[in-house]
Amino acid sequence: MRTRELSYWLFLAPVLLALGLVVVVPMVLGLFYSFTAWNGIQTGEFVGFQNYINLFTDERFLDSLWFTTKFSVVSVILINFIGLSLALIVTSKIKTSSLLRTTFFMPNLIGGLILGFIWQFIFLKVFASVGEAVGMESLQAWLSTTETGFWGLVILMSWQMAGYIMVIYIAYLEGLPNELIEAAEIDGASTIQRFRYIIFPLVAPAFTVSMFLTLSNTFKLYDQNLSLTAGGPYNSTEMVAMEIFKTAFVQNAFAYAQAKAIIFFLIVAVIALVQVYINKRREVEM
Amino acid sequence: MRNRWNIKVEVLGILLAILWLLPFYLMFVNSFKSKKEIFLDTTSPPEAWSFDNYITAFQELDFLRTLFNSLLITVVSVVLIVLFSAMAAYALSRAKSKMSTFLFFLFVSAMLIPFQSVMIPLVTVFGQFDMLNRGGLIFMYIGFGASLSIFLYHGALNNVPKSLDEAAKIDGANRWQVFWHIIFPILKPITVTVAILNIIWIWNDYLLPSLVINTTGSETIPLKMFFFFGEYTKQWHLALAGLTLAIIPVIIFYFFAQRSIIKGVSDGAIK
Repeated sequence: MRTRELSYWLFLAPVLLALGLVVVVPMVLGLFYSFTAWNGIQTGEFVGFQNYINLFTDERFLDSLWFTTKFSVVSVILINFIGLSLALIVTSKIKTSSLLRTTFFMPNLIGGLILGFIWQFIFLKVFASVGEAVGMESLQAWLSTTETGFWGLVILMSWQMAGYIMVIYIAYLEGLPNELIEAAEIDGASTIQRFRYIIFPLVAPAFTVSMFLTLSNTFKLYDQNLSLTAGGPYNSTEMVAMEIFKTAFVQNAFAYAQAKAIIFFLIVAVIALVQVYINKRREVEM
Repeated sequence: MRNRWNIKVEVLGILLAILWLLPFYLMFVNSFKSKKEIFLDTTSPPEAWSFDNYITAFQELDFLRTLFNSLLITVVSVVLIVLFSAMAAYALSRAKSKMSTFLFFLFVSAMLIPFQSVMIPLVTVFGQFDMLNRGGLIFMYIGFGASLSIFLYHGALNNVPKSLDEAAKIDGANRWQVFWHIIFPILKPITVTVAILNIIWIWNDYLLPSLVINTTGSETIPLKMFFFFGEYTKQWHLALAGLTLAIIPVIIFYFFAQRSIIKGVSDGAIK
């Protein structure tokens, strides 16, 4: 097939049309609107960098950015730790291996919105009644403070995503050469030594993949945030995606919200490009 | 020694699995209770397994219609994404040129753009053209789903020898026939992966339908669930019955396709 042929363009036409109208045009328009006083209907006047200048003094936006960062860092560490542990459990010589995999992975198939509602019930009702039964004050009034909202979101995401990350680690763990591990075992290496000196270095690429996958998923989180805490109390658990949404569709500040959306894009793109860079460098080394 | 260690690991695994299922257990048992019973006790099974909550939730969610909407939107979108992405990846992988490299790069870089960054102009533009409906939604899913799908197909196509195309061409087949009868069937394993990844995403998506669908009767399950939950927020017995109903189709799907699902998700993340 050649680029000049008509069939080449016919094969590409549907996706080019869809990507163009759904992603490229809105992205270009959005970039343009972020420099104007656009209100959704009229473009308004050109305001230069004013929207961008304003958002650096917008406490609500900065708070949401800080909350999102804290949440992402804690979640990434926990999800990867739990995910790797689960993967090590289900790849050892046990009978229930496939049943356990199925169970740990299950929450990933269900939408974040629904999972958030289920956990809202657990935090509000089950925690309260169990807390009362065993006399633990700390289980009362969950999600009503910033701190319990934060940990509620972390628990929800760890429970949901650990099984996903487990699947990735399994793929790398099962690709390990068995002879190598057995040889080390015969040479008298303990379980911990085998993990430290053989398994760990060989699954290192899985860390890069999993870290960035969790980072980008937690940083862009919206559904779970909406259904679990809805940003409350007093917007203190509001993450960036939700803050942008509210700026646009609750406060109707379209151009300003779009400027925030562009900054959001830049942050997410930098995270992704760092990953590409690290992967490329590793490929060169190997 | 070896054996005892394995038993310990197994017991730990089973305990964790029970912990993992606990949220579903709590949702399930409480969905059969009355409001008062939930108030008294949230952890034990219900006194009586009454389906009253389910009958109310089923009607309020307009469940069959909502389920149909979700199925319709997911199936049509996924079929079109699979077909169009495979076609595009085929063209890009067979015509090696600067143009192909550029277009492939364009698709891959579109994956970097978070939804929120294009959301506002997207909704206003489609609104002006009266495209905020189910047709518009499916079109948007093609736009957002194409990138990853093309990327996966492109990778798989690099392992399909070109000599196959040429042999078929000598036999007198045209481009479309070569693609449809020879190439597309060979791509079946990656088609399963592409389909599964898109099904999970589209079926569960909330934000995009919430912006695009604004007529009663065309809501998908997550969308209807959001309204339903908002209305019954203090009536947990009904809300939990609704949530259980919403999960049942996913569990059935998982039960029949778990092997392909886990493989698909793992392939999609690593490649």
